[in-house]
Amino acid sequence: MASIRELHQQLIHKERSAVEITQEALDRIQTIEPKIHSFLHLTSDRALEQAQQVDAKIAAGDEIGLLAGIPIGIKDNLCTQGIPTTCASRILQNFVPPYESTVTQKLADAGSVMVGKTNMDEFAMGGSTETSAYQLTANPWDASRVPGGSSGGSAAAVAANECVVSLGSDTGGSIRQPASFCGIVGMKPTYGLVSRYGLVAFASSLDQIGPFGRSVEDTAILLNAIAGYDPKDATSLKVDVPDYTQFLTPDIKGKKVGVIRETFGDGLDPEVEKTIRAAIAQLKDLGAEIQEISCPRFRYGIAAYYIIAPSEASANLARYDGVRYGARAEDAENLMDMYLRTRSEGFGAEVKRRIMIGTYVLSAGYYDAYYLQAQKVRTLIKQDFEQAFSQVDVLVSPTAPTTAFKMGEKTADPLSMYLTDLMTIPVNLAGLPGMSVPCGFDAQGMPIGLQIVGNVLREDQIFQVASAYERSTEWHKHSPKL
Amino acid sequence: MTTAAPAKTQYEAIIGLETHCQLSTETKIFSDSSAKFTTEPNTHIDPICMGMPGVLPVLNQKVLEYAVKAGLALNCQIAPYSKFDRKQYFYPDLPKNYQISQFDLPIAEHGWVEIEMLDAENNPVRKRIGVTRLHMEEDAGKLVHGGSERLSGSTYSLVDYNRAGVPLVEIVSEPDLRSGQEAAEYAQEVRRIMRYLGVSDGNMQEGSLRCDVNISVRPIGQKEFGTKVEIKNMNSFNAIQRAIEHEIERQIAAIESGERILQETRLWEEGSQRTISMRIKEGSSDYRYFPEPDLGAIEVPSDQLDHWRSELPELPYQKRPRYETNFGLSAYDARVLTDDRDIAEYFEAAVAAKANPKQAANWIMGDISAYLNNERKTIKEISLTAIALAELTALIDANTISNKIGKDILPELLTQGGSPNAIVEREGLVQISDSGAIEMAIEAVIAANPKELEQYRGGKTKLLGFFVGQVMKQTGGRADPKMTNQLLAKKLNA
Repeated sequence: MASIRELHQQLIHKERSAVEITQEALDRIQTIEPKIHSFLHLTSDRALEQAQQVDAKIAAGDEIGLLAGIPIGIKDNLCTQGIPTTCASRILQNFVPPYESTVTQKLADAGSVMVGKTNMDEFAMGGSTETSAYQLTANPWDASRVPGGSSGGSAAAVAANECVVSLGSDTGGSIRQPASFCGIVGMKPTYGLVSRYGLVAFASSLDQIGPFGRSVEDTAILLNAIAGYDPKDATSLKVDVPDYTQFLTPDIKGKKVGVIRETFGDGLDPEVEKTIRAAIAQLKDLGAEIQEISCPRFRYGIAAYYIIAPSEASANLARYDGVRYGARAEDAENLMDMYLRTRSEGFGAEVKRRIMIGTYVLSAGYYDAYYLQAQKVRTLIKQDFEQAFSQVDVLVSPTAPTTAFKMGEKTADPLSMYLTDLMTIPVNLAGLPGMSVPCGFDAQGMPIGLQIVGNVLREDQIFQVASAYERSTEWHKHSPKL
Repeated sequence: MTTAAPAKTQYEAIIGLETHCQLSTETKIFSDSSAKFTTEPNTHIDPICMGMPGVLPVLNQKVLEYAVKAGLALNCQIAPYSKFDRKQYFYPDLPKNYQISQFDLPIAEHGWVEIEMLDAENNPVRKRIGVTRLHMEEDAGKLVHGGSERLSGSTYSLVDYNRAGVPLVEIVSEPDLRSGQEAAEYAQEVRRIMRYLGVSDGNMQEGSLRCDVNISVRPIGQKEFGTKVEIKNMNSFNAIQRAIEHEIERQIAAIESGERILQETRLWEEGSQRTISMRIKEGSSDYRYFPEPDLGAIEVPSDQLDHWRSELPELPYQKRPRYETNFGLSAYDARVLTDDRDIAEYFEAAVAAKANPKQAANWIMGDISAYLNNERKTIKEISLTAIALAELTALIDANTISNKIGKDILPELLTQGGSPNAIVEREGLVQISDSGAIEMAIEAVIAANPKELEQYRGGKTKLLGFFVGQVMKQTGGRADPKMTNQLLAKKLNA
């Protein structure tokens, strides 16, 4: 399986054309999709056009960037002009945005080739991609298991080598958890590092777009392309963005690594624990200084998250009313009937559940007890992290308490599904960057991910630790047999 | 009736206003399509003001500047830290089904507006009306109903989103108003201030200024407030006044006949000149406000605030007493002149060029205003400069020309411009104040009109006017009118 840099070398040395690389990806998608179902829409024609443009540049002797001609998958909650963007929801079944998200525009400008839009949990609400209104995506390592979620399609597509890299979004773990389940690298950057313009909002104060790749380097190259201040996003940070590939180093001697004690408690699969402990030992062998760190408020993360995220979601999803775009119930009796039927028919059960939770906790008389209290918890969790980062450079934990579970295993029990984000949610609440890197397999051969969390805007630290770890192991070289 | 009526209960009205002013920025509050009024539906729209999926609001900095300046002009405290919130309700004219507004931390609070009314003797009566708060928010679109005036009963409805995302400030007054007249005066003063600042055109017909009234009545002396009723749909200041007067009468009549006042929203019907019930409020609406996560905190640095404060013009409530004190004008004249900032500045420029203030005021409020009204022009569009007006008043003051000659040359000055001195010289219009020359003209007139002289001397003294006219004709209007009158009377009565 080729990396971005290898493909780039092949392109500039004219060993292969961008069209050949793209065609190969499209052919592979044709073979793989019937088994995996990563994509909701394929954009083959546009992909080949984009590839031709790259080839024309190369032929003209123009310099091309690292991402030029690289096949890429885009999560279907990123708006792409002229291409359906459904968020895997019926309510946006025929929605074609007349505008482009900032990140996909940046990727198009970089010459990358979008092969399609990937499946996801409906409106990014879920941890298994099973709430998609359209299809189930299989885990490439075991088609009876979920790929994780909500960015399950993007993770599965990269793991199955249907594309080289992909974009996902992470509100409570939606990049890191599927990366862990699919045995690839996935990163959620610092809140505000990547523009959210054109990302269909789930929970605005938590959502962040990030890259998936089969290696830390591919992830860094993709992050380079999408990071940076955007005047269209008032929450984007006005900071200089470094070249993240410069932090890819084998040397982490003296790096202070904190192990979050609270993530090794009840509910952690023993095989996952064993594997994570081994990864930590590996970091120690590489010269890192390991210490245990307590984040006592960590465990309140899920409770706070399931108040804050649904609150924001209940407002963000109010616009899907059938008035201006998307699906509208037919033959409505009157306005109220149109609202009720459009939204009843258009949204799936999980989305409705969260809209109802959010509407409830924001209601008069409950706001203080729920929303305000949850915001206080959020502040306390941030303080825990601040305290931790005064002592260490990065924190590590399991990315998820288990490996990928069977399809249908948790769909009847939302609470157990929510618990799969136990390790990742506090990172979103604090707005911190986090990454999942492959660190082993369980007895069933399912991948396990190590979460590395950095302080605000300290993606550099994460890349250093992740790349040193990756170079000293072979996990990322495994690929699923398809 | 022969029996004495029992002492009537006296009532007072407690009135507060919620005023929405559209800010006259080029672009919308959170996106870059035009904020200007247009009749072509859905032409000033974009993905952001349409609430499309994935788009994000970014605050137009001009909106913040205008809101802060409005807050300062209303004597408010400007919040050093403020934020936006989402106000949630479903309605088809509201694209996101939440309005980005400000809830608990508005940009400005605790201000006042000074209103001025004239009593029977034309003396000014001033009153300060508290301003609770001013906050920024986005406007909604507009529904056009097919088959009915209103949503209910219509067979279909169309939505025009041109207005969606137009910036608004909502100004909430304290319940300090007591009559329709006070409320109308308050609304006018708010509009005057917004126009002085140049932040809103305050056009009520186009809906860029909208006032909702909250009103209750109670017997004088009672501490508790009566039940509050909201009235909407007034399209003029006059309508505000009449709607309130009607509503006060309605509420008092209801109380007197033992009815309960319902907490409701009522619509003013211009046609029937009454208020009608629109909806009964059951408890307070739950808008499920929460902080807008897509927009950061609004922080106004103190140097920015100082800069904006330094750009504020002198406001009408500051000009009015100054005009009375410095220029010796009546309260009435001061009110009229300061109603429009351009006119006030024109007047001040004339006075600065040594115009007689009272005369300049009379010219502006009289002939010049009449001309502006007839021609539908603004003071900035006439050719008569403030300096030329000062020159004109000086010519009259110095008896060089009469007021009458002044009026004669005004049209040329208004349309062509130029110097009054030069025109008077060119046309030979200098007033004749030489008694000998006037007497000669009088003698000629008397000699030519023996019949009228006889009638006059026979007691028909009204004919004095005829003789004055003849003398003026004889002198081409240049005879000093006062002197002519005196000399004529002497000659005729001789």
